[in-house]
Amino acid sequence: MSGWLAHLPLFPILLPLVGGAAMLLLSDSRRAARSLIGLGVTLAQLVVALALLALAGGQLPGVAGDTIAVYRLSGWNAPVGIVLVADRLAAIMLTLTALLALASLVYGMARWDRMGAHYKPLFQFLLMGVNGAFLTGDLFNLFVFVEVLLAASYGLLLHGSGAPRVKAGLHYLVINLLASLLFLIGVALIYGIAGTLNMADLALRLPALSADERVLFETGAAILGVAFLVKAGIWPLNFWLPGAYGAAAAPVAALFSILTKVGVYALLRLGSLLGAVAAPAPFGGIWLFGIGLVTLFFGCAGMLSAQQPQRMTAYCVIVSAGTLLATLGLGGATLAGPALFYLGSSVLATSAFFMLAEMIERSRAFGANVLAVSFESFAVDDPFDPERPDEVVGIVIPAAMAFLGLGFVSCALLVSGLPPLSGFVAKFSILAAALAEPATAMWQASLLLLAILGSGLVGVVALARMGMRIFWSSDARMAPRLRLIEAGPVAFLIAICVGLTVGAGPVAAYLDAAGQSLATPQAYIDAVLTVPAKMSALGGSR
Amino acid sequence: MELIYALAIGVLTGSGVWLLLRPRTFQVIIGLSLLSYAVNLFIFGMGRLTPGRAPIVGSVAAANAALYADPLPQALVLTAIVIGFATTALFLVVLLASRGLTGTDHVDGQESES
Repeated sequence: MSGWLAHLPLFPILLPLVGGAAMLLLSDSRRAARSLIGLGVTLAQLVVALALLALAGGQLPGVAGDTIAVYRLSGWNAPVGIVLVADRLAAIMLTLTALLALASLVYGMARWDRMGAHYKPLFQFLLMGVNGAFLTGDLFNLFVFVEVLLAASYGLLLHGSGAPRVKAGLHYLVINLLASLLFLIGVALIYGIAGTLNMADLALRLPALSADERVLFETGAAILGVAFLVKAGIWPLNFWLPGAYGAAAAPVAALFSILTKVGVYALLRLGSLLGAVAAPAPFGGIWLFGIGLVTLFFGCAGMLSAQQPQRMTAYCVIVSAGTLLATLGLGGATLAGPALFYLGSSVLATSAFFMLAEMIERSRAFGANVLAVSFESFAVDDPFDPERPDEVVGIVIPAAMAFLGLGFVSCALLVSGLPPLSGFVAKFSILAAALAEPATAMWQASLLLLAILGSGLVGVVALARMGMRIFWSSDARMAPRLRLIEAGPVAFLIAICVGLTVGAGPVAAYLDAAGQSLATPQAYIDAVLTVPAKMSALGGSR
Repeated sequence: MELIYALAIGVLTGSGVWLLLRPRTFQVIIGLSLLSYAVNLFIFGMGRLTPGRAPIVGSVAAANAALYADPLPQALVLTAIVIGFATTALFLVVLLASRGLTGTDHVDGQESES
């Protein structure tokens, strides 16, 4: 592996950084230029992510076998220098991020990017933080990238302004600042005990700790785990989530559905690396299983009680997080693959659902009022004013109500896990793996079965009720005008889910291999810590 | 010295947590600041307290780690201070926006009915 391939892992961070910075140089009024940059950079990220996916899976021509691409910044070797690591798991998450980003970027171009300043640069900086968090190989840079994504997300959450957003943003900010402080305490404790922050090096040094040190290390890991669980939206640390996601602008909420998965990813990654020598409490086992189930229950109750589509989707995110953590808590290498499949499917579904929910709200008279109020408070002209310039932009799609109905049904099927879409495949493979896995106790597998099937049932009830109220009620509602660039992203995301269903075999095989590589972290540790024979001036590879 | 250091962190954290649980946004922001001071001190302490030693290995002395202060926590603290400062400033902006939009400095945007 040489040439440009060696530099590939840097691009998911570099591209949004350069793109966002370039946009800042242009004034806010040069919308077309900014859109063009945003679109180009996001497309390039998708290409890079796909290339990394192929590289990590050993499917790139000219590269033999699975490759864990390690990028050594400035050519410094691992325990001292900073490394970016792209293995299968990281590549999967990068691809998901890029797909979501593309969809919500295009959706946002329809009208949302005019509701406040600097929407597009913030969007790119958020992507930079997310990509960096997936790629980084050490704990402190994980903190830095999480802060980058949080800082951008504060701005994006407030995008469009209005009292509900500011209130939700205030709570979101406080919770996340506190979680960041916990993160720092955990990182500092771990450094104080183990003397390293590189995750691979940490895994190697763990067995050498004395019993006393081990206790302190576990304390640090537990505090770190709490910070991740706040980000993942786990009960009882998730009361901020419905408010924040329910109040955010639709394309922002659509992108936010990957943010909770950053916490899940961090838990998975650290759990995998530390798991070689008995993972500390928050990273696995019965404990995670338990709070996963409670989260699932909480999310289901929330779905049943939610009145607005967007708020209900926020609860779908919680249900998804609960299902994931309960599954991962069961442990076992065979469960990680199906869990990743579920992660991908549910992230795409909730993202599409957020956009759909906003379009549906638009068809209701009262929803329009709320929107108008928030437009007014930001001194933006009325969105329904026929003289607004954006009304002529783009192609209006025919049969908007039919599209909304079809999209709603698809999302409902995906979220509740009914056939024929990928939500069903994901839940089915989780349950099949849980029942077949010899390492899990029978009662745990049965409990998971009950919880997942129960959550599916609750999902169907809640979504069917919502659907009936929206589409079949006799309330006066106007047929919304949907533009192609609004309907397109939703169709795109649902089409990916259909693709996941049709190509479930190869995708599941890839994800299973990712799950297996998590169970055997030695390859990751070797790839990070091995000093390349011939040091080039800029980075290298295994 | 360790005792005083630990007590200082404890007092800062305790005050910070108490203020954080108060209903006024200004109290919350002061609480967050105190907490972040405590955390910064804590990170610094994790490199062990070594008074009067340089964090940079000189060319003369042999590379004996005991002669030097650990430079890494100092770098971490710097980063944490910068990030904490930026996010606190952002919080201040949101606080003012909330005050302007809702007309109250309660964290929920409305006075609790008591």
